[in-house]
Amino acid sequence: MKKFKGETLSWDVTDGAIELLLNRAPCNEIGSTTLAELEAFTGALESLQKDCHALIIASARSEGFCAGADLRELYRRSQALPPDQRVAGVREFVERIHVVGNIVDAAPLTTIAAVHGVTFGGGFELALLCDLIVADKMTRFCFPELRLGLIPSFGGIPRLKRDVGNGVVRDLLLTGRSINATKAQAAGLASQVTAEGDALRVARATAAQVRKFDRATTAAAKKFIKPIPHEELKQEVDIFCDLFTRPAVEAGLRRFVESTDALPYLP
Amino acid sequence: MSTLQTTTDEVLRLASEHFKVPLDKLNPDDDFFTKLGINSLQALDLLTRIEQHFRIELPDYELQGVNDFRTLAERIQSRL
Repeated sequence: MKKFKGETLSWDVTDGAIELLLNRAPCNEIGSTTLAELEAFTGALESLQKDCHALIIASARSEGFCAGADLRELYRRSQALPPDQRVAGVREFVERIHVVGNIVDAAPLTTIAAVHGVTFGGGFELALLCDLIVADKMTRFCFPELRLGLIPSFGGIPRLKRDVGNGVVRDLLLTGRSINATKAQAAGLASQVTAEGDALRVARATAAQVRKFDRATTAAAKKFIKPIPHEELKQEVDIFCDLFTRPAVEAGLRRFVESTDALPYLP
Repeated sequence: MSTLQTTTDEVLRLASEHFKVPLDKLNPDDDFFTKLGINSLQALDLLTRIEQHFRIELPDYELQGVNDFRTLAERIQSRL
């Protein structure tokens, strides 16, 4: 399927680059519909990548790239289950996300996240799947999960550890603060910082550049320099599921869900 | 060298320009959420513009409970 337009995302191929565009109000929160459509995308990727050299992931939402997991849906789905089945329910969701993430991470294409605005939690983790992050100067990256008594669970910690120094990982994780694109570039996270509204254009220019290279060479180089931390990814799921059972987490999620702020992103 | 007064003036100017509120309608003690009509997402946007303008890092947790321009300017001043 070369083209797709779903409820939360779409994809198309332009000049040999696959463009995956997230588009779910308010800020591309990842819930069950997004996950199902991401699974459809990874299902199509094997066929798509035969004729392509790059994958660009971007957002059509002015608010930002992605605000992370749909915590309201996560909480409501969890509450609908008997208490002894809640962890199994959340584990199933997280493990499905990991399958999607590992496919994108290992794709033999040059993958580029074109990010802007809010790039939080699961959105940050989605960007970390990619080989390159091109960030609009108004981007803010954040792992706010500890505020809810959780850790990131979409593969964020092992992939962040893969990309940057442990001091940066501790700073982001343990303080839950957000950082801007300039700081992210200085830390080695963002490869390029663009003017406001220019991330997708720059990502396309980067995709045009990598098209000049032999695809098999690019794939071999990527396999060598970007190993997937499978063992740590499994550990992350286990730690997340272990933490999820605690009453403090349920209380934190309830506070978030009941917040009157339309976009309760600040601490 | 920036003083709290000049920093406050610059914050008011930045807010006025970006959120299209006349500068003469903004005062240092105004609640910026109310006066600018912004939500937490737009407050993050203001934070990024402040960091770029003053070339500082201002962790968002330092802005917890900060609602007025004067206190915001104090937080910025402590990073200059």
